[in-house]
Amino acid sequence: MIEIRIHGRGGQGAVTTGQIMAIAAFDDGKQSQTFPMFGVERSGAPVQAFARISDEKINIRSQIYNPDIVVVLDSSLLDAVDVTSGLKEKGTLIINTNKKPADLSIKGKFNIHAVDATSIALKIFGKPIVNTPMLGAFSKITKAISLKSLTKAIDETFLETKGKKIAELNKEAITAVYNQTK
Amino acid sequence: MERLADYINDGILKSEMIHAESEHSAISAALGAEAMGVRTFTATASQGLALMHEILFVVSGMRLPVVMAVANRALSAPINIWNDHQDSISERDAGWIQLYVESAQEALDTIIQAYKIAENRKILLPVMVCLDGFTLSHVYEPVNIPKQKDVDKFLPRYNALFKLDPKKPITMGPIGFPDTYMEFRKETHEAMLNSIEVIKNTNNDFKKSFSRSYGDGLIETYKINDADYAVAAMGTVCGTTRVVVDELRKQGKKVGLIKIKSFRPFPKQKITNCCKNIKGIAVIDRNISLGNEGALYTELRSAFYNQKKKPIINGFIAGLGGRDITLSHIKTAFNKIENSSDTEWLL
Repeated sequence: MIEIRIHGRGGQGAVTTGQIMAIAAFDDGKQSQTFPMFGVERSGAPVQAFARISDEKINIRSQIYNPDIVVVLDSSLLDAVDVTSGLKEKGTLIINTNKKPADLSIKGKFNIHAVDATSIALKIFGKPIVNTPMLGAFSKITKAISLKSLTKAIDETFLETKGKKIAELNKEAITAVYNQTK
Repeated sequence: MERLADYINDGILKSEMIHAESEHSAISAALGAEAMGVRTFTATASQGLALMHEILFVVSGMRLPVVMAVANRALSAPINIWNDHQDSISERDAGWIQLYVESAQEALDTIIQAYKIAENRKILLPVMVCLDGFTLSHVYEPVNIPKQKDVDKFLPRYNALFKLDPKKPITMGPIGFPDTYMEFRKETHEAMLNSIEVIKNTNNDFKKSFSRSYGDGLIETYKINDADYAVAAMGTVCGTTRVVVDELRKQGKKVGLIKIKSFRPFPKQKITNCCKNIKGIAVIDRNISLGNEGALYTELRSAFYNQKKKPIINGFIAGLGGRDITLSHIKTAFNKIENSSDTEWLL
């Protein structure tokens, strides 16, 4: 089982990130579970969401304390939240930032990936919508979910509620970040 | 309820939604509609359920098979919107069947079963399907959604035994004088006891139709056959306990889980029967009867009182007001079965 923690700010779509992740994992034939860190969400306040992906039925219902992977949607959180808290040694940390991993002064033996999702989002959406683009990086780096299922999950999430145009833009952003991520 | 509103708007669900100004009115509307002979559904939690309190007794006393989802949440004060079981446990004596579920799948399956149980003419009692607030009400996980035609076969169209009809006027819920009231209460109590068999049969029928079942419908055990020690609990903490059981089993410890699904009716005999060889039980309660102990702990000890061979039973209060119940909380409960004193708090 892979355990994932997503850090974002209220309004950035951390919860939606977990939901799309869970749907994509399910479409890949896996079991998945996602839930937010239950709180009284305020726009801009630090928020967390959790996701689990497993080949077997997921029974555990507690929060995630020792994630295998941490995704940070907003690098300004690095000053506000201990994003590596409980992250397993050699665990994967994926941060939306235009800096290099070495310049982020993160302590600990982690596999750190810097992804400039904001600039790609600004090109494609004209707005800093970073949650879905970060899923492209997540897919490429962790291989925990496939790009094919990810784009399918985007359709499932956005086609009916937000329309074809929004779904296509999200898929374009995800694919762009996927291709750009090493 | 928001999703049901979508279904109604899209024409998928042929139903009428009533927007009420309070939970007291919402349950009153469900009562009225049910008395007209139609299937009803409502959902609430926490203070909303507390506000329904008065009418809950009227619904069960009038023997109306209303089904309600309760997304279990704490009661104020302090103000708290998060999960525990205090809201529905506080309605223990309202005459509603209470079924606690562990997963989103079980929540869906139990709602379908709840109508079949409630509408059984030997029963005619309302059912609360209790699912942990947030932990289940806000989770995304795979759920197998049964086909409408299969559900229709399992749960045919509702045909009320009695209904309010201007063409054939009857009175429902009249006054019960001291010479009749007690008989009504006794009958309602007997219906509740009879529901043990109906819940069991409904779980069996559901298994035949959908290939899914939850223990015997009243309790579900996990690795209990050769177990020395077990945790007894309700709701999602049972899922986390399964993980702890597996872990402790790897260390050679003979442990198991007793999941109590039906809190009302309370299946005393089924519980004592499955615990014949158990040395100790740790009861995890997500509620507290202030000044005494956790509600499930009380019920379990009472169930064993007349048994010749009794296990050690200890109570643990955990997960109040959204406090996460971790693997280590459950391990602590297992470790303390032998040497705990009465009720302990897993803070």
